[in-house]
Amino acid sequence: MTNAMELYQMLPKTNCKKCGKTSCMAFAVALMARELTPEDCPPLKEEPKYKESYEKISGLFKPSEGATETGLIVHEDLCFGCGNCVVACPVNVANDPYGVGSGNAPKNAGKLILTIEDGIVKAQNVGECRRFGKNKILCNGCIVTCPVEAIEFV
Amino acid sequence: MEKNYYVCTGCGMLCDDIEVESEKNIVNKVHTACRVGVAHMKEGRESAVFRVDDKPVDEATAISEAAAILKNAKNPLIFGLGTSTNETQKLAIELARKTSATLDDTSSFCLGRVVEALLQNKFKVCTLDDVRNKADVTIFWGADPSDSHPRHLSKHSYFPRGTEKQRGWEEERTAIAIDVRKSHTAKICGNYFFQIPPGGDAEFIDALIAGLSGKLPKTSYNFPPKRILELANILKGAKFGVVFVGLGLVYSLENLEPLIRLMDALNEKANFHLIPMVGHYNMRGFNENLFEETGHVNSVKFEDGTVKHGPEYSIVESLKAKTVDAALIIGSDPLSSLPRSVAKNLLEIPVISLDPCETLTSRRAKVYINTAISGVESGGSATRMDGVKVNFKPVVETTRLSDEAVLKKIMEAL
Repeated sequence: MTNAMELYQMLPKTNCKKCGKTSCMAFAVALMARELTPEDCPPLKEEPKYKESYEKISGLFKPSEGATETGLIVHEDLCFGCGNCVVACPVNVANDPYGVGSGNAPKNAGKLILTIEDGIVKAQNVGECRRFGKNKILCNGCIVTCPVEAIEFV
Repeated sequence: MEKNYYVCTGCGMLCDDIEVESEKNIVNKVHTACRVGVAHMKEGRESAVFRVDDKPVDEATAISEAAAILKNAKNPLIFGLGTSTNETQKLAIELARKTSATLDDTSSFCLGRVVEALLQNKFKVCTLDDVRNKADVTIFWGADPSDSHPRHLSKHSYFPRGTEKQRGWEEERTAIAIDVRKSHTAKICGNYFFQIPPGGDAEFIDALIAGLSGKLPKTSYNFPPKRILELANILKGAKFGVVFVGLGLVYSLENLEPLIRLMDALNEKANFHLIPMVGHYNMRGFNENLFEETGHVNSVKFEDGTVKHGPEYSIVESLKAKTVDAALIIGSDPLSSLPRSVAKNLLEIPVISLDPCETLTSRRAKVYINTAISGVESGGSATRMDGVKVNFKPVVETTRLSDEAVLKKIMEAL
């Protein structure tokens, strides 16, 4: 992915404050953190001379549009539902040790983060994910167990 | 709350924890199953199809035509049955006896040899539940369950917590892949992936046995001896080891003697079991049912109350030698799966195809009867890859006949 400086280079750099941020650099940082989207910069969106930059920046953020709050993306075309991530996820195991933790069907699907539906992994309750919240850690249980790299964090 | 679980008959693992949402006999949503299982469960169609000479006919005509073909044939071939229930397979064996048929299934060019050796007690075996509860070292040899049996690692062999394996896969389990290419399973095994050249399995087994007894392991393809010794050390320390034998290993070996030697050597130092990676959901069932009746697992010929057995009665050899003069194919597609030079001989004889799907074989068959998908639209029992019997009920209802019902009707017509 890119960094805030690269994004800044593509912005109008006029510090017009129409986006609500104090400067274009601040806007670039907010973009990086996904607090704002490229559409939040009116000149970038509307003025024809920035059209190329606008398309470029939008293109950069396109792949992560489907990401949840934790940045988790499931590439549904790659996933084949083996369930490795479902069984390996530490939160899933803690919340449902005799169901998915033991390799079986979920006994309490409402409390899980990852479940398999129609042969594809679905993410829910992402707030429970260990990569989220105040005491977050860089857990990668679901990534290293995936044989086809269908799960990604951005 | 007790949930209503179904059994998935998509592959040899027979996962028994599938939840299905269906409405008006159409499967809408499948929970927990992998993509293979979901595709299998959603395959169902409404109406039955009966065809003779590519023209739609009614049920009675198709059955009587099929019976006539079998009656007129001197040596019909009955083939398939890997995706049929135990009950159907027993009927088919009876039918073969009645019609003096050659009876074979896909295991003759698949894992039949291994299952035969298993049934003759040449290997120590265990169930998949033992694997989940106890196994600390699992070897996938010439097999890629991530693709062939997607839930294998997550349901049984690597990731789940078992009664004696509470701390999970990172600490308590070692998965080893031995294969000719870096498969998806090998990727998960990480550093414990041993890549050997095609056909190098027998030599690798010898080297590994040497390594187990502390000798310097040598291979003609210069596999680093250090790595073989490292592998041997892991295997020696196994408290409950399992070797999952895939087609890659079976195809590479001339006979099973090296594998038997390896298992004996492993069991001298540690505790190792063997499970064949059966693909079709009830191939092992067919092998066991036929073994019970005749003492052979496949490739048999019934004649005047006696049973002959040998490679010449397998589908490949009997088609090659053109010794069969009709074929009843149940739930299999030999025209697609056999080599062209062999399969083309099928076109010269009348073929009856019983299959839930349209296949190349069914399209070229003289009689085609569209059957219910067993495990989805019809129930029964089957034998899992590890020999455990699993009973299942249909998920949805259908007007199509099960292959068991069709066989019964054909036998009545005979």
